[in-house]
Amino acid sequence: MADGWSIGKYAFESRLLVGTGKYADFPTMQRALAASGAEVVTVAVRRLDLSKKGDESLLAWIPKGMRLLPNTAACFTADEAVRTARLGRELDMGDLVKLEVIGDRRTLFPDVEGLLQAARILVKEGFTVLPYTNDDPVTAKKLEDAGCAAVMPLGAPIGSGLGIRNPYNLRIVMESVKIPVLVDAGVGSASDAAVAMELGAVAVLMNTAIAEARDPVLMAEAMRAAVEAGRKSHLAGRIPMKLHASASSPMTGLIGS
Amino acid sequence: MQVRLNGELREIPDGLTVAGLLAHLGVKAPRVAVEVNETVVTKDRYEAQRIGPGDTVEIVAFVGGG
Repeated sequence: MADGWSIGKYAFESRLLVGTGKYADFPTMQRALAASGAEVVTVAVRRLDLSKKGDESLLAWIPKGMRLLPNTAACFTADEAVRTARLGRELDMGDLVKLEVIGDRRTLFPDVEGLLQAARILVKEGFTVLPYTNDDPVTAKKLEDAGCAAVMPLGAPIGSGLGIRNPYNLRIVMESVKIPVLVDAGVGSASDAAVAMELGAVAVLMNTAIAEARDPVLMAEAMRAAVEAGRKSHLAGRIPMKLHASASSPMTGLIGS
Repeated sequence: MQVRLNGELREIPDGLTVAGLLAHLGVKAPRVAVEVNETVVTKDRYEAQRIGPGDTVEIVAFVGGG
C-alpha cells in the first residue's frame, strides 16, 4: 500500500522519525536506526570538545541515506535557537530544523512565545521549520500561520515515557491546522506509538523509548510495526465504542434449543 | 591574542583566519561549523575571515540528540 507523506519539499514513506541521543554506544544506535526503518534522524548541535583529538564522529554511525534533522534542543531563548539552527544548517547543508525553545528545565515544556519568535525568523531565512510544541491548538495554528512546514505537539514531556496524555487535544490540533501534525515526545512503548497514529498523526518522532529500552534494536522493530499498525488502523476506521455486547456468533440455531 | 573559544578564554596566535584557527587546533573543517561574534562563518569564508582580539568563537559539531 503506497502511503507516502511529505513535509515541505521532502517526501517520505516511513512515518517513524527517530533520535540519536542516549544510546549506550554507537554500534547499538546504528543497528537500532536501521531496524526502525526511519528515513529521518534528529541530531543536536553542541560545542566541539577541543580537548579530545580524533573523537569518533556520530555521523559515521548514521546509516547512509538517512536525512538529518538538526534540533535546537536545550535552547531557552529564541535567539539561541535561531543561532543553533543556523549552525545546524551550516553543518548539514540542509534547511530542515526541529525547532525547540524550552521554557522550563524540569518539564522541558516549550516556551511558545520564544518558539513563535524563532519560527518567524527561521521561516523568513528559508528554513523548513518543524516546531516542537505543546498540545495546544491555538499555538499550533499560530505556528502554521508563521509558515512552519509541520507542527509537532508533545504526547507527554520529553523522555518521560508517559504516552499520549491528552489524545483529545491532539485531535483538536489535527483539526485546527492543514500542515502535517507529528507527535513528538512522550512515547514510552509501541502501544503509545500506535495510539498516536490512530488519532491521525502523520508521523511519530521518538528517541528515549528506543534508546533506553533494554533491547533498543528490538524496540526499534516494535516501534516500526506499531507506527505501521496505527496508521493502517486509522485509515481502516475503527468501530464505534458501545456500552454493551454485540455478539460475533449467531445467537440462533444453537443445539438443544 | 586572547579570544573566547567555546566559552573559555584562550590565547591564540595573532591574525589567524578561521581556517588557520581550525588548523592550529587540529580540527577537521568538514565536520564542524563556526560562529564568530554570534554570526555563522560559512566554509567559503574560512580563508578570508580573520579573528580579532576579544572575539567570541564557537566551534560546533553534531552529537546525538532527540
